Amino acid sequence: MSLEPASIRRIASLARIHVEDAELPALAAELNGILGWIEQLNEVNVDGIEPLTGAAQMALKMREDVVTDGGYPDKVLANAPERAGDFFAVPKVVE
Amino acid sequence: MILTDLTIARARNGLRARDFTARELTEAHLAAIAALNPRLNAFITVTGERALAQADAADTALARGEFAPLTGIPLAIKDLFCTEGVRTTAGSRILGSFVPPYESTVGANLLRDGAVFLGKANMDEFAMGSSNMTSAYGPVANPWQRRQDADAVLVPGGSSGGSAAAVSARLAMGATGTDTGGSIRQPAAFCGIVGMKPTYGRCSRWGVVAFASSLDHPGPFARTAEDCAILLRSMAGHDPKDSTSADLPVPDYEAACRRSVKGMRIGVPREYRVDGMQGEIETLWQQGLAWLRDAGAEVVDVSLPHTKYALPAYYIVAPAEASSNLARYDGVRFGLREPGEDLRDLYERTRASGFGAEVRRRILIGTYVLSAGYYDAYYLRAQKVRALILRDFTEAFAHVDALVAPTAPSAAFAQGENMDDPVQMYLNDVFTGPADLAGVPAISVPAGLDANGLPLGLQVIGRPFDEETLFAVGAALERAAGFDALPQIRADS
Repeated sequence: MSLEPASIRRIASLARIHVEDAELPALAAELNGILGWIEQLNEVNVDGIEPLTGAAQMALKMREDVVTDGGYPDKVLANAPERAGDFFAVPKVVE
Repeated sequence: MILTDLTIARARNGLRARDFTARELTEAHLAAIAALNPRLNAFITVTGERALAQADAADTALARGEFAPLTGIPLAIKDLFCTEGVRTTAGSRILGSFVPPYESTVGANLLRDGAVFLGKANMDEFAMGSSNMTSAYGPVANPWQRRQDADAVLVPGGSSGGSAAAVSARLAMGATGTDTGGSIRQPAAFCGIVGMKPTYGRCSRWGVVAFASSLDHPGPFARTAEDCAILLRSMAGHDPKDSTSADLPVPDYEAACRRSVKGMRIGVPREYRVDGMQGEIETLWQQGLAWLRDAGAEVVDVSLPHTKYALPAYYIVAPAEASSNLARYDGVRFGLREPGEDLRDLYERTRASGFGAEVRRRILIGTYVLSAGYYDAYYLRAQKVRALILRDFTEAFAHVDALVAPTAPSAAFAQGENMDDPVQMYLNDVFTGPADLAGVPAISVPAGLDANGLPLGLQVIGRPFDEETLFAVGAALERAAGFDALPQIRADS
């Protein structure tokens, strides 16, 4: 399987990364190189194997569904590129 | 006495005996950083004033006869660990002005135990790399040089390259790192120091900038196994803020370094013998096994049949998790923002400008393998292969107490090498990636030099939550190797 420039553009759009047309051929070559190398996983017989989602070899703990933190909007907003009062601000999205 | 040459264990005793002050110890390291960081670029941010204030607080405590495990010990903190009030970049332009309002749990544990933070160590961007060449803050120079071709600037390995270089060159007594595919052990091997990746869940990930959450393992660097043991004991422990944090007691790892390996069964994974591996590495491996035999261990061959599939599986799982974790960098709540025609264009231009080439590449791979129609073929298959890799280890550990293998397939390479083909760079992690996928602990110790005078490491891989055996075997290798070679670039005061 080989990715065409159009597919790369679609993936970049899903990933919300701007890609210039001029970058597409080199990017396609790199991604196809990586995906080609990954193809060797098809040699492995995985019949009946349960997927392993993580390395934690213990059951995850449950905790009370309660608020344990918060109440400091200035700390939360301290790194915001732009703020309006106690809100994050973005360019207008509704006309 | 050269203060920067002391181990953590000796410095701890010297501070308690009042042979020198914490301020003197920190000043010696800050002077070393001032002298050598322009050449090594091991630190992105140096926090000298804070460090001296912490050292003074340590001296006040010591004068009262109060000491914690790390009182007055100066450390470097990988710039992936959030530090309250101190810029934390993750090696990326997108976090170039990010100042966390909180401290990571591991960092807070170290501060609780009296450590002094010298500054933030350079690293591959978002911990994605094996050479520190992907940092937005410039490459790090390895303090070691080739005997022939001493002009070539070598990489310190990655992703925790700044941490390893700082400890090797004696700019810090120890450092924190993270290991997702080999990012503690490979730079430890390249820089001739000890690096320990504990069991997944042993050290909290809370406040560590996420790369691949099911694979990220915080851990220590130091110049001896004993020093790593001292650091790990402080860093580890249960944290309710990380749901994967293990609620288990933290043993005395320092005591484990003095345990005998007599009667232990050491496994030699036959699949860790790969084409193109430097000849001296095979020789050193055999030497390491002979040392353990001499110390009374029994050495047996074992098979980990899915080893060769670990890296391809890793390069599905890690990018998939990264594409999800890095979705938060959108130019809205924190970090860089680039203007756009509309909100979507703002996202896309912020991420194109804020992320470097390797990070963009991995986000795209991750997005692709998780996308509709490809999920089963790539991601689900990789997770099943991951289960087989864990099974390989579990079956091996039914017969042996630990595995011993090389840490990396080569010594440190020069800046610019292995850069043309991403897959070539990825292969650096061929011996380290499997333990990350399985979540089992591993330690790398310096065991010898290659023909060019560069350090080579051996790693010990163990059972989940049995770091003590690794410290016992690692310390035994260290004692037998008597590794006392020094990097050419190092502090001398």
